[in-house]
Amino acid sequence: MDEPVLRLQKLRKSFGALVVTDDVTFDLMLCELHAVIGPNGAGKTTLINQISGLVAPDSGSILFGGRDITGLPAHARAAAGLARSFQVSSILPGFSALENVALAVQSRCGSSFRVLGRAAAEDALNGPAMAALADVGLGERAHVPAGELAHGEKRALELAIALAMRPKVLLLDEPMAGTGREETARLVELLRRLKGRFSVVLVEHDMTAVFALADRISVLLYGRILASGAPAAVRADPQVVAAYLGDEME
Amino acid sequence: MPASLAASLPRPRGGLPAGMLPAGIFLVLALLPLVGSFTGGSYLMSLGSRVMIFAIAATALDLLIGFSALISFGHAAFIGLGAYSVGILSAYGITDALVSLPVALAVSAAFAFLTGMVCLRTTGVYFIMITLAFGQMAFFTASSLAPFGGDDGLIVAARNTLAGFPLLRNDRTFYYVVLFCLLATYLFCRALVASRFGRVVRGAKENPVRVATIGFDVYRFQLAIYVVAGALAGLAGFLLANATEFVSPAYMSWQRSGELIVMVLLGGLGSLDGAIIGAAAYLLTEEWLSGVTEHWKVIFGPMLVLIVLFARGGLIGLASAVVRRFIRG
Amino acid sequence: MRLRPAGGSLMSTSLLVVQILNGLQLGVLLFLIAAGLTLVFGVMDFINLAHGVQYMLGAYLAVAIYALTDGFLAALVLALAAMLAFGLLLEFAVFRHLYDRDHLDHVIATFGIILFLNQGVKLVWGAAPLSLPMPELFSGSVKLADGLLYPVWRLVVIASGLAVAALLYWLVAHTRIGMLVRAGATNAAMVSALGVNIRRLFMIVFGFGAMLAGFAGIMIAPILSVEPGMGDTVLILAFVVIVIGGIGSIRGAFVAALLIGLVDTLGRSFSVDILRLVMGPSPARTVGPAIASMLIYLLMAVVLYIRPTGLFPAKGR
Repeated sequence: MDEPVLRLQKLRKSFGALVVTDDVTFDLMLCELHAVIGPNGAGKTTLINQISGLVAPDSGSILFGGRDITGLPAHARAAAGLARSFQVSSILPGFSALENVALAVQSRCGSSFRVLGRAAAEDALNGPAMAALADVGLGERAHVPAGELAHGEKRALELAIALAMRPKVLLLDEPMAGTGREETARLVELLRRLKGRFSVVLVEHDMTAVFALADRISVLLYGRILASGAPAAVRADPQVVAAYLGDEME
Repeated sequence: MPASLAASLPRPRGGLPAGMLPAGIFLVLALLPLVGSFTGGSYLMSLGSRVMIFAIAATALDLLIGFSALISFGHAAFIGLGAYSVGILSAYGITDALVSLPVALAVSAAFAFLTGMVCLRTTGVYFIMITLAFGQMAFFTASSLAPFGGDDGLIVAARNTLAGFPLLRNDRTFYYVVLFCLLATYLFCRALVASRFGRVVRGAKENPVRVATIGFDVYRFQLAIYVVAGALAGLAGFLLANATEFVSPAYMSWQRSGELIVMVLLGGLGSLDGAIIGAAAYLLTEEWLSGVTEHWKVIFGPMLVLIVLFARGGLIGLASAVVRRFIRG
Repeated sequence: MRLRPAGGSLMSTSLLVVQILNGLQLGVLLFLIAAGLTLVFGVMDFINLAHGVQYMLGAYLAVAIYALTDGFLAALVLALAAMLAFGLLLEFAVFRHLYDRDHLDHVIATFGIILFLNQGVKLVWGAAPLSLPMPELFSGSVKLADGLLYPVWRLVVIASGLAVAALLYWLVAHTRIGMLVRAGATNAAMVSALGVNIRRLFMIVFGFGAMLAGFAGIMIAPILSVEPGMGDTVLILAFVVIVIGGIGSIRGAFVAALLIGLVDTLGRSFSVDILRLVMGPSPARTVGPAIASMLIYLLMAVVLYIRPTGLFPAKGR
């Protein structure tokens, strides 16, 4: 199967005079983990925002499973199987961790225009939700209000929410941002287990994690793809080393 | 989220286990006519009916303000639409509740649907203003309906009959009908909030972007709850027209919409039973103070300001704070 | 605020000119009120429903001071000073504690102030409408063209409103404090982080806004009657203005205010006539006034549908 599950074609986005996404062409193959790296301000989050539908590109197209989703609103893309996590934890602070994930399960589990019946009591929702929480290591913390979770726990919850959507494509925006060493190792292990179940676009700064997980790496600099290919090749590319990796690698 | 009076309250509330407070409220309301028959006169019952009618509208508004973060400043319009449905039908000789009530609900729901479609494209203060605008439109339309009283309003010949029977003419029967409607409204709203639908709407209040990226079309959900809240306020309007046997554009003024918001706030946002307490507190204070002086608003106005400044979580929040302080000794 | 055409409602040029001038006068009045409102909202993110009663209070204070001094100018100056003081006091005592709160809290608190003042003026001055005589010098009518007489005072109102608009433009665009206000309207937190005394800025903005509203009330008092609740309708109109114009934008408030003044005035005068072109005279006479009162709300709904944040929003997207 050589048709990519996700393809960006000549995507362009400017904010005034600042070009944030500069003719980006990018694709993601089935069950691949394609990492996107680059210095701060390279436009990585804006790229994810355009794929998930929160920001509209000025030109170019986005194809998801061969289907043009460039004009589709964010919720429709999510419903079609495109899940994302946010760089700055975007959870529902007043809801418990369980309820956060149960809401995600709910989006895949029949109609939500149901008015009768207590959602909190539904096993069909709570079961998969607890499983997702256990997967990310939050099983014990299911009933804690999400706003009270520690930073690393919130990052894990972000991931659990995305996973519970049973997506076709996962867009992960710096899932390890601000997490400690132990937490990072746990997340890497989790992502390693998930490889093969999902197709993943991983935006990350943590180079150890990136090189441990990625099947392919693209380097983004000032909105442009500088280099793209297998990890070893990218690591050795002199342009990349000069522009970015030289500072990042020990 | 900034600390404010406008924060949702956790349950249980008032220092009491969950469910006790609403049970207590309905018990008091059910027994009120009996007390009234001792103190004499149907004054207590008519006051009670009025409180319950506005409690229905306030509960509906709490669905919007408390659970969906949709601050509607035009909610009184739906009360007016419900009331005018009764009034206009009555003027044409159609006086049975079996017709008037569905019409009142349908008209309010339709207005909510059409205006909601426009309003829900906006957020924040723009939403507040556009709901206000539509409320004003309803108000001015009613004021210019010369054949139906215009500015002066319209007298309704008599209360609606129920399947032909003049049951509602009896004040006590009417009171219990209103109580039933309030109970039904309360239970329905409780179920709505706890349902899957309610979860999406509550989630959208916390973080609309997150809910959208999970796959929910927040606009559709908000429109649905806007229509529900409008229809329930229409029910209140239907009951109000029957209670007072009079309909007037004043029912839809923006001041009335403001009063509804105050009622919801007084009870504590997002508490549903608090809306009932808020409506009671507002209307009873109004009754009491206006007996003391015709200039009661000079006292009431600053009271509102003080409540906003100091009583977080509304009256229930204040009461539970007092109870907690008392228990701690 | 509206000049009812005497006798028949024939659409003549002189009537049109008169109504256009009336529309400008209403527009200018709305601008005076909306300017303070949009600044307070834009800079402090504070919904001030009490702005309407500030307009009313200005008128009442002018009436009261006039009774003592018997001079319009003295009444104007002293009432303005009193309004400034009142605005500063209100900001200090109540509003500054609410900036961090939800919009809902602003709505309720200022609603309480409305109740208090509407009833308060009734308590102090009674419910009967009062009047403020206009200065002798401006009390006549001027001949603009053959058969076209227009009250001088209304022209004074238009002129003073435009003068204030020009003053505001100069202040906002060419002074340091104006720059701070513009910056605050775009990003208040940043301005504060840059070390500007944001509290003093807020207080000044609020006081100035109260003064503008009071000024509008004083200038219009000779034409309208001064009575409790006079600020309520005007408040709604002012909000419609700032929503259409874009919150935080004085330019937007100016454009929107003139637009609404003209649309409302011309709509009310000519709605029946215009509708008569498409329907019979009797239905036109019933539907006309209803549509006329709703016109500006329809306009707001349309604008918000196309541009959900108004025509010239101050805050970037």
